[in-house]
Amino acid sequence: MSAPRVALFVTCLVDLIRPRIGFAALRALEAAGCEVIVPYAQTCCGQPALNSGDRATAADLARRNIAMLDGYDQVVVPSGSCGATIRAHYPEILADDPEWLPRAEELAGRTWEILAYLDEVRGWRPDTALDATAVYHDSCSGLRELGVKRQPRRLLAGVEGLTLKPLDGEETCCGFGGTFCVKYPAISDAITTEKAAAIEASEADLLLAGDLGCLMNMAGKLHRRGARTRAFHTIELLAGMGDGPAIGEEA
Amino acid sequence: MSFAERVDAALHDPLLKTAIDRATGTAQAKRAAAIAAFPSFEPARRRAAAIKDHVIANLGAYLAAFEANAQAAGAAVHWARTADEACAIVIDICKKADAKRVARSKSMLGEEIGLPHALEAADITRVETDLAEHIIQLAHERPSHIIWPALHKTREQVADLFRASHRSPQNEDTIPAMAASARRQLREDMLSADVGISGANFLIADTGAVCTVTNEGNAELSLVPPRVHIVTAGIEKVVPSMRHATHLLRLLARSATGAALTQYTTFYAGPRRPGDREGPEEMHIVLVDNGRTRMRDEGLAEMLRCIRCGACMNHCVVFRQIGGHAYGGTYPGPMGAVLTPALDGLAGAKDLPNACTLNGKCREVCPVDIPLPTLLRGWREKSWREGLEPVTMRRGLGLWAWAAKRPALYRLGTRVAIAALRRFGRRGWIARLPLASGWTDGRDFPRPEAGSFMARYRKGER
Repeated sequence: MSAPRVALFVTCLVDLIRPRIGFAALRALEAAGCEVIVPYAQTCCGQPALNSGDRATAADLARRNIAMLDGYDQVVVPSGSCGATIRAHYPEILADDPEWLPRAEELAGRTWEILAYLDEVRGWRPDTALDATAVYHDSCSGLRELGVKRQPRRLLAGVEGLTLKPLDGEETCCGFGGTFCVKYPAISDAITTEKAAAIEASEADLLLAGDLGCLMNMAGKLHRRGARTRAFHTIELLAGMGDGPAIGEEA
Repeated sequence: MSFAERVDAALHDPLLKTAIDRATGTAQAKRAAAIAAFPSFEPARRRAAAIKDHVIANLGAYLAAFEANAQAAGAAVHWARTADEACAIVIDICKKADAKRVARSKSMLGEEIGLPHALEAADITRVETDLAEHIIQLAHERPSHIIWPALHKTREQVADLFRASHRSPQNEDTIPAMAASARRQLREDMLSADVGISGANFLIADTGAVCTVTNEGNAELSLVPPRVHIVTAGIEKVVPSMRHATHLLRLLARSATGAALTQYTTFYAGPRRPGDREGPEEMHIVLVDNGRTRMRDEGLAEMLRCIRCGACMNHCVVFRQIGGHAYGGTYPGPMGAVLTPALDGLAGAKDLPNACTLNGKCREVCPVDIPLPTLLRGWREKSWREGLEPVTMRRGLGLWAWAAKRPALYRLGTRVAIAALRRFGRRGWIARLPLASGWTDGRDFPRPEAGSFMARYRKGER
């Protein structure tokens, strides 16, 4: 079987804040036998516009991305919420556009959150080791819109020396919510404080998740509180980059 | 008070947080146990949604059937387009019955139409007979939750309130002693009422019966002894027949309190008939639209599935921080954030659909599968279209979107942004960002790596 041609959509946040996640994704996808292409024209999936109510802009960006991502066997995204925007929301946004709706649906059918893709589609298992304990936070969009729950745990079970501990409220929102966290900072902060307390109570070395937005929010709170928990995107560990700097650590 | 001020007050009230945590924590645990013991929950909620959708699509026909059958059972049926019309009808019935005192069994529709205030304005003494409604009547407050109106009060606060207000209050502050004190206080008031007023959990079209559910039995004691029983019900409460009501009841009780069924589930079909030992002489049913037809026709039909169980708010991270009063409307939580803009206008309630992380937990627990996040996003779109969002937000998003459609320019933008952000950072973290203090007031921001992914990838880095 020839290698699938996979477009890596790194997401705007990874591009801007933590390129390591993009390189980890590249490495893991190649290890899983994919031919990976990074379309140069990619910017953002449009989620900020969609969730702010600016549907016209969201539709513009959706059409643009649909055209850009045409022709690849699969599109893989290292984020549940950006993945869900393409997979669950593009067809919704373009529901009244007879020309673009079929294309949106076609793209939705071959767009994958990276952990689900590696586990379900590629049946890949990591070949790496890291001696640590970790808790896993299920980011909301991945969990509820894409059904990402068991896939990361199955993949992480393959990291030698890593022990996953239970996290109280692992399916409870961390309070990030995209623009919510700056529009309603006091509410967001109260939610995030409870999340950070639960993470600290677990006494795990590492906090893992599949979305950089949520991770930045939780890691930023943990750091402000003086906690020692280190935060990584799951794909970094799977790609053997768990020995590098955690979120907020200088390389 | 503005939404921001109400939120601020709530977040600075430690007793409120204690009260919310106790109540919603218990509610979450009990619901989870009930659903775990009810393995057909998923198909059951799909069927529940289908029942409601069918009714909502054929509302006129089922309401006509309900009206005919309720009349055949001896009840009078009244129609109210607005809250004011509904209140006027109720007050008129009370006056014709020469009512001095009414006993009210908890009804959110009654709150929605402003009935407590209308009764007061008409000089009619109102006795709230639901224990939690009794508490907030004593405290001169409004409900903060649709199932537990006094959720915002701790039992310690309630003990003090009873001691200060009851004729013969409890001697010790145990829950049984406090409940007994409320019972002593309320029984007499209930049994001496001229009129009993309730809402309806279901209106059964093929029998004309009205169903109420309670866990205290106060509905029965408020509605059967008085001379007149008045029901105020939203038109979406109609179901075709008893078996549909019982299907929804199985989901309602489990979702609300985790019980298989409420302690008291009563069907009232008409007033006392010849030979009946008890029951009111008259029964009046006021069917209230108050914007429901418009909601159905303007994209909120799915919201009319709601059976008022409260699960969405019990599981909402925002509700669990700010409580019900901060929402400012009759209905709080996710369902309230959808309903309040429809009932009170979007301009005054535009914060509600925005103050939500769109995490989807509310939809996950909803027993009738209302797509609450989608409906909330719908309000955000309307708010954006109507120009209600702040100019800074609109301009910021506009600039970002403009660049996001121009990759070369966008690359330049990220380069500038990364360079700027890195100047604020020390040892990996940024402690203060002038334009994003909302973030850095509560948490640190990670300092970006040197160079964007796209720039480094283009240079050949792997």
